[in-house]
Amino acid sequence: LTAGGGGNDVQWCFSQVKGAIDDDVAEADIISTVEFNHSGELLATGDKGGRVVIFQQETENKSQPQCRSEYNVYSTFQSHEPEFDYLKSLEIEEKINKIRWLPQKNAAQFLLSTNDKTIKLWKISERDKRPEGYNLKEEDGRYRDAATITTLRVPVFRPMDLMVEASPRRVFANGHTYHINSISVNSDNETYLSADDLRINMWHLEITDRSFNIVDIKPANMEELTEVITAAEFHPHQCNTFVYSSSKGTIRLCDMRASALCDKHSKLFEEPEDPSNRSFFSEIISSISDVKFSHNGRYMMTRDYLSVKIWDLNMENRPVETYQVHEYLRSKLCSLYENDCIFDKFECCWNGNDSVVMTGSYNNFFRMLDRSQQRDVTLEASRESCKPRQVLKPRRVCAGGKRKKDEISVDSLDFNKKILHTAWHPQENIIAVATTNNLYIFQEKVN
Amino acid sequence: MSSDNQDTETHSEQMDETQESQDTNSNPVRTEEAKLKAKYPSLGQKPGGSDFLMKRLQKGQKYFDSGDYNMAKAKMKNKQLPAATGPDKNIVTGDHIPTPQDLPQRKSSLVTSKLAG
Repeated sequence: LTAGGGGNDVQWCFSQVKGAIDDDVAEADIISTVEFNHSGELLATGDKGGRVVIFQQETENKSQPQCRSEYNVYSTFQSHEPEFDYLKSLEIEEKINKIRWLPQKNAAQFLLSTNDKTIKLWKISERDKRPEGYNLKEEDGRYRDAATITTLRVPVFRPMDLMVEASPRRVFANGHTYHINSISVNSDNETYLSADDLRINMWHLEITDRSFNIVDIKPANMEELTEVITAAEFHPHQCNTFVYSSSKGTIRLCDMRASALCDKHSKLFEEPEDPSNRSFFSEIISSISDVKFSHNGRYMMTRDYLSVKIWDLNMENRPVETYQVHEYLRSKLCSLYENDCIFDKFECCWNGNDSVVMTGSYNNFFRMLDRSQQRDVTLEASRESCKPRQVLKPRRVCAGGKRKKDEISVDSLDFNKKILHTAWHPQENIIAVATTNNLYIFQEKVN
Repeated sequence: MSSDNQDTETHSEQMDETQESQDTNSNPVRTEEAKLKAKYPSLGQKPGGSDFLMKRLQKGQKYFDSGDYNMAKAKMKNKQLPAATGPDKNIVTGDHIPTPQDLPQRKSSLVTSKLAG
């Protein structure tokens, strides 16, 4: 097991980059989600054009450990199409908001992909044999003239070039009035939840015409709306427990054994705000854009606009750890509000042993926050650092005053280059970082 | 209480603001807030974040009234209908009447992702 540190002990090297080099980015190519499967062998991406691309890790050559395993295209398919709901006069984007893999049960792989309104279960299966020697058909499929058939033979399976097929097995539609932001597979491997701005539903993977509503925060009078659901996730081991985060910076933990409708939380996680810090921006920057349980199920991590917080599930009144992602943006909030960047939804992820967390920032920077060593580093996903096995150099942002050599000033940051989606291999120090339209894969430097 | 300072934009406050932006040790968020209020005085007058939240919930909503459309076409005769321009392109209310020219072209879904290329 190679998962160890990941912060400053580990040196990160460039491994691969996927996607077009040109700066003219088509909307459809904007990456909207990245997710490793449970073994880390497969890496899925979803984009604004409704497409899913799955990469597979090559089997490592154990006798040559310096030969790093690469991820190559395994399957690609159109998951969702743009739709128009004529009844509600609502345009439905095909953008894939989230992909979540099911744990593997047999030879095939399954994943859930969702856009704003519809969740789909996709089966990805391999075909490496095909039947040959039919009696009634030629090899190319044409039917033989029955009069010419004089003998019988038994068709046999012969090897063929590997073909990977993706087929939609279930379509979970019409469950959501508002826009789906999260899906999460339950540890029972039978159910999953989907959350939109105001409601959370629980589905059975086999049943598409029904779902249970487990959270509903829609006020009787919409004028009274003050908060929306921003993310939700099932606990990794306790199938009765899930959490959901809000635009007001709170996280609610719910226990489905308590009642059918979990409007009343079991635990409410909220850090009290210092009233003297209150400003117009307070609520907006406290909005939680992502919530993720640790692998061991004892902690959860939340991402708000400027920070990452680690919460102990046994302590509701404050996080146990807080890490600043890009504190220097405090002096830019006015312009970040005007250009809408303040509403950007950054995700976050844990490494395999929960010792390091990672999240993205602007200028194609991303941050590794080492919990065990209490150290952090800023790295950059850039075409400038794309030589094979090139070690990534730490980056530093100068908040004000004199800019040192190798530092970049806040005013020079490119706010159009956002890293919103990152993923960490469940066991190894391999990370996938999505820039606007490129996918970078970095690996731990092997000496 | 600092909230009093937020409601009124006095000359002395503007002086303070200039001093604040030069003094890097002061609260940068307050400076940013003052900047925003100076640009958009009516911001934050309505209670709650409800404007922003409602806009989020209404994403994708399109409005079209065939009666309005035909009446406007009849009135205008040879003139063009007012077309959507700028950042308000997607907020369809008021004088703007959507026309076939405004509708985004249906995107082709047959192109393979460049990540797979």
